[in-house]
Amino acid sequence: MDLILVNLIDGLVTGLLLFMLSAGLTLIFSMMGVLNFAHASFYMLGAYFAYSISLALGFWMGLLIAPLIVGVAGAMVERYGLRRVHQYGHVPELIFTFGLALLIEELVQFIWGKNQMPYDVPDILNFTAFAISGNSIPAYKIFMIFISVAIFIGLLYVLTKTRVGMIIQAALSYPRTVEALGHNVPLIFMGVFGVGTALAGVAGVIAGPVLGTFPGMAFVLGSIVFVTIVIGGLGSLWGALVASLLIGWITTFAKSYNIEMENVLNAIGIATPENMDENMFRDFWSLTSPQIADILPYILMVLILIFRPAGLFGKRTQ
Amino acid sequence: MKNITKLGAVSALSLIIGASAAFAENIKIAFIDPLSGPFASTGTNGLHQFEFAADYMVNQNGGVLGGTNFEVLGFDNKISPKESLIQLQVAIDQGVRFIVQGNSSGVANALTEAVDKHNRRNPDSRVLFLNYAAVDPALTNDKCNFWHFRFDAHADMKMDAVTDSIAEDTSIKNVYLIGQDYSFGKAVAAAANKYIGEKRPDITIVGDELHPIGKVKDFTPYSRKIVNAETDAVITGNWGADMLGLGKSIIENGYTGPIYTYYAAGSGITAAFGDSGKGIVRLVGEGQVNPPPSDEAAAYYTAFKAKYPDGNVDQTRISNTIGMLAQAIEAAGTADDVVAVANALEGMEYDTIWGGKVMMRPNDHQAIQDLHIFEHTNEGIDFPYDNSEYGVRVIKTIEMASADIETTCEMKRP
Repeated sequence: MDLILVNLIDGLVTGLLLFMLSAGLTLIFSMMGVLNFAHASFYMLGAYFAYSISLALGFWMGLLIAPLIVGVAGAMVERYGLRRVHQYGHVPELIFTFGLALLIEELVQFIWGKNQMPYDVPDILNFTAFAISGNSIPAYKIFMIFISVAIFIGLLYVLTKTRVGMIIQAALSYPRTVEALGHNVPLIFMGVFGVGTALAGVAGVIAGPVLGTFPGMAFVLGSIVFVTIVIGGLGSLWGALVASLLIGWITTFAKSYNIEMENVLNAIGIATPENMDENMFRDFWSLTSPQIADILPYILMVLILIFRPAGLFGKRTQ
Repeated sequence: MKNITKLGAVSALSLIIGASAAFAENIKIAFIDPLSGPFASTGTNGLHQFEFAADYMVNQNGGVLGGTNFEVLGFDNKISPKESLIQLQVAIDQGVRFIVQGNSSGVANALTEAVDKHNRRNPDSRVLFLNYAAVDPALTNDKCNFWHFRFDAHADMKMDAVTDSIAEDTSIKNVYLIGQDYSFGKAVAAAANKYIGEKRPDITIVGDELHPIGKVKDFTPYSRKIVNAETDAVITGNWGADMLGLGKSIIENGYTGPIYTYYAAGSGITAAFGDSGKGIVRLVGEGQVNPPPSDEAAAYYTAFKAKYPDGNVDQTRISNTIGMLAQAIEAAGTADDVVAVANALEGMEYDTIWGGKVMMRPNDHQAIQDLHIFEHTNEGIDFPYDNSEYGVRVIKTIEMASADIETTCEMKRP
């Protein structure tokens, strides 16, 4: 049973990391109505910038500066890229962000090369925080949990309790009215885009040392971020949180326990065929949960789209 | 999304075709491996080693057949078998007669079949497939053909060496097997089960599992299981980002025993393991780098570093591949008639600068060579990897390893 607790913690770390990415993406979506394909690329930029900064100034300055650079870069992309493309409709915007994702990946390979970067956990956090029956929980994971929870609370506070947050929320739903009231809506959009990408940058900074800093890191995480916000409901911060944690825990538990398809099928009353070698479903029968753990979120997404198309917390538009 | 990807692939393809339609006289060697995506670093480093080997060993020594140079062309297959077949066709259309590929046995299986088919249908433009790293045993067993040559020891032979090392260590009672979910990962697991059962029946296999290749973001749940199984050794065939992710995660979560593996050096992996992997990460492979086995080897390595300061010679078999191909072309007296070149390669005994001999077994086209067990360390390292202070050092050598390993190959000759 101790393992369950350990898996809960591991799943929480994965989920919260996913949340930092999906929070920004879902905000940007509800603002511009467009999916930012390059979002995971900003996550990658965060990791690379932090690595380079950490060589000169140490990990902590990297954690501080890299997200700022990524946020400013994101804001510039919105100001000088997306805003111009915006007038031509959603499809050009989509293609623009897609192109940007490819561009950033090439750029990263051009500057840093294709190898893994030796970006490591800072020495001060490189110890075992505590152990649960032989399973050590690295202090860095606890640190990741704190950072992401702090960011979530901060974001929630700004969005719901402050004047800025109210204007943002209003601008998301009724941009023209807010503009008529004398607020600079394009500036708000740029700000939200910048903050969203900066969040992705933070995720990159703290994930780089544990998940590896390499040019494929955006690609590996890219699709799962979209799945998260679709499950959570496009544009919902709470939805993004719940969906991220759900995905974190589902994949962690599926990998930790060897649940065999044969047992599952037997349990729901389907008998194992006698001659397995000639059975056309042989591969299906011999599946185990770790093998399919990473597809489970996609299956969940399909189910959500069928039974609750707006997502768990989404408000149905139209 | 899918369509956009395709669009990108097509435009990238047209760029490649445009860029490399020059130079007619050189002997062209097509390098078909991932040059983008999660395994880009592995592929790119391989390409550099091929380019260097061709230049250093052949072109700078006056080429072959009295002055013809080797030219290595890179083709990005994105580690997809489907994409590889497209790239193969592009390469053949450009007049390439020699294909080299290594990353992923899934790709190699598709390529060897396609090459066989192509050669049967187009006797005028036959090609040879020189496999430098795809180690699914089937390639020189059930699926062998006359056009395929493997310069790396296959998974069973490497596992034979690994289990020799494990069998000697009586403190090992439990072993955990984990690998990528495709033909190679399965072959590794099967071989480990077989050899451990034969050599040390008292060892318990406490875990045997597969994970999706190139898709796992966080290996923590797997390493939890490994740590909980209280294993004395871990065996994995993982490579690229999957190797580093798995290895780092296992060590981070409290495992201190040895991790026996095939590909955990170079391409940034050695530097990223750094101190944490010292004494834990052990590799099996050919080609001794530390300590350097000969002056030629040291000179080769130094020259490589001068050209690619950020690179590593982590696949010494690449220089064997180029060296043996050059020798075979000289012996055959032609580079256009690949049947003659293949006949010259068959049974060739080649003195490698990395120590010992490489013998190309005629009945299945499998190279037989010395295999070593290496340790990831910073002690006694003359040639470290990744510009770090860490590298791999030989701790055990098996001469002409598995020279008499069985094969089910029934080769049809043209």
